[in-house]
Amino acid sequence: MLKKPKIMVAALLCLAAVAAMAGCGGQDAKQGGEGDSARQLSGNITVVGSTAMQPLAEQAATQFMARNPNVRIVVQGGGSGTGLTQVSQGAADIGNSDIFAEEKNGIDATQLTDHQICVVGMVVVVNPSIAVDNLTRQQLVDIFTGKITNWKSVGGPDQKIVLVNRPKASGTRATFKKYALGGAEEAAGIEEDSSGTVRKIIKETPGAIGYLALSYLDGSIKAVNLDGVAPTKENITTGKYPVWAYMHSYTKGKPGGAVDAFLQYMMSDDVQKTIVPQLGYIPETEMKIVRDVSGNIKNK
Amino acid sequence: MKKSELLGKCLTTGAALIAIVSTITIVVFISMKGLSTFINYGVSIKEFLFSVEWLPDRLPEEGGPQVGVLAFIFGSISVSMLAVLLSAPLSITCAVFIVEVAPFWGQRFLQPAIELLAGIPSVVYGYIGLSVLVPFIRDNIGGLGFSVLAGFLVLSLMILPTIVSILTDSLRSLPREYKEAALALGSTRWQAIRLVLLPAARSGLITGIVLGLARAFGEALAVQMVIGNTRKIPASILEPVTTLTSAITMDMGNTPMGSLWNSALWSMGLLLLIMSFFFILVVRYGVSKGGITR
Repeated sequence: MLKKPKIMVAALLCLAAVAAMAGCGGQDAKQGGEGDSARQLSGNITVVGSTAMQPLAEQAATQFMARNPNVRIVVQGGGSGTGLTQVSQGAADIGNSDIFAEEKNGIDATQLTDHQICVVGMVVVVNPSIAVDNLTRQQLVDIFTGKITNWKSVGGPDQKIVLVNRPKASGTRATFKKYALGGAEEAAGIEEDSSGTVRKIIKETPGAIGYLALSYLDGSIKAVNLDGVAPTKENITTGKYPVWAYMHSYTKGKPGGAVDAFLQYMMSDDVQKTIVPQLGYIPETEMKIVRDVSGNIKNK
Repeated sequence: MKKSELLGKCLTTGAALIAIVSTITIVVFISMKGLSTFINYGVSIKEFLFSVEWLPDRLPEEGGPQVGVLAFIFGSISVSMLAVLLSAPLSITCAVFIVEVAPFWGQRFLQPAIELLAGIPSVVYGYIGLSVLVPFIRDNIGGLGFSVLAGFLVLSLMILPTIVSILTDSLRSLPREYKEAALALGSTRWQAIRLVLLPAARSGLITGIVLGLARAFGEALAVQMVIGNTRKIPASILEPVTTLTSAITMDMGNTPMGSLWNSALWSMGLLLLIMSFFFILVVRYGVSKGGITR
């Protein structure tokens, strides 16, 4: 009589342990389909990386799967570093990144193929109570390096400046540092993990300044022009406004089969003319210039 | 041995083995990853622990990357210590109230309420902190609102249930005779609690506090949302700060595996692991000597 419950408990314990183990093993489903004949597309595609690109990849994947029922696409976040690592190791088919692979230390960029999907513009934003509409490049550098600490110095109210940064490893921060600050090292300020939180803080904190992707602009915060140039789509596509970044999808070597078809679909009008602008990005196909990893600009 | 008994033994041993193996593999994995900062990249342990220069992306021509985490260690220790300093007296009061002062009310209402606190997800604590506490501090006390103060206030609430539940258990397990003898000798209720019962429950008290401290140390999300994550040592409790855990979560996904930057994050993880080992050692060996034995 006494033994039965004990055995039951033991069995339950084991079941729980086995379930936990099974939960851990879920990462194996990947790849396949790359070498398959393309007549009837099939296979599994794993897309990993930049959380900024995740909604775009997810929506495109849903539409693509509706047209190609034998293809299964799994889109995961994890960040650009994770995406690049996983695609280099062959653990993912596509690694999404919001900066060039060459700019990430520890990634062998030579074995990766770059597919630039769209462009994201970045804009300096301030608390709505700051009556400053324009900053010169030098003023911006002085503010972010801590040389200017009061809005008074740049024609604003007598209010202390509060810096709101993204974390150092973030692609948005890397782009901002490279193209808006000319590589100058930022002074210590508040750092927030997500663009949504940055927006909330800038909205609520008097004297706050930060930067966001254009897609995060709403009425609650104020965008500032840089050197008299507004961060609009036209100014970015023509190269007048410099602070923007490509959204990259990287593959290891040349893609084939379903992966190639999916990447081509990302560049088709179905995605570029609908999903991309809806999410606040600029379609790669509308860019009139090309910029390489070192920042050299050419006309397309 | 009976067949059914053998089966049960195998199952339990198997379950225990899984637990042991996973603990060991996790420790080995974190150690390997974390030590590579020092072995593969030649960062000295002294520089890692005692430098405040966190510049993992500095270019070679400007002096190369440097990973000093002193500011994060300082942040973690200050926020969790202050949280315990605030939470421990509150918890002792709650536990005494539940067990000794008003067992009926305490057990019906106060204890479930405190246990409910343990069930609130940390992201909710963080979001309430961000939406209510941070603006409140900014408007009424000063500074930006994102501060050591906001961090340890949120944490002290989060570790309250840990300390209270361990302390109530150990107060309840005290022999009735202790209290009866104290009262019979003419001590007041207050004297009995202060001079007899609490000292007798000392081991439970210390265990609760150490486990609360460990929980405060390991908490990432809620703290990260309210402390502002400025990478320097704060000059006052109204200034923002960064903890080890929030420094790890903020950069983890965006750094490639195997790079110095990523390895430095693993080293911080290793440091947290060593700290929690230390806390466990304190609980197991430092505490068992005190208190009562039945």
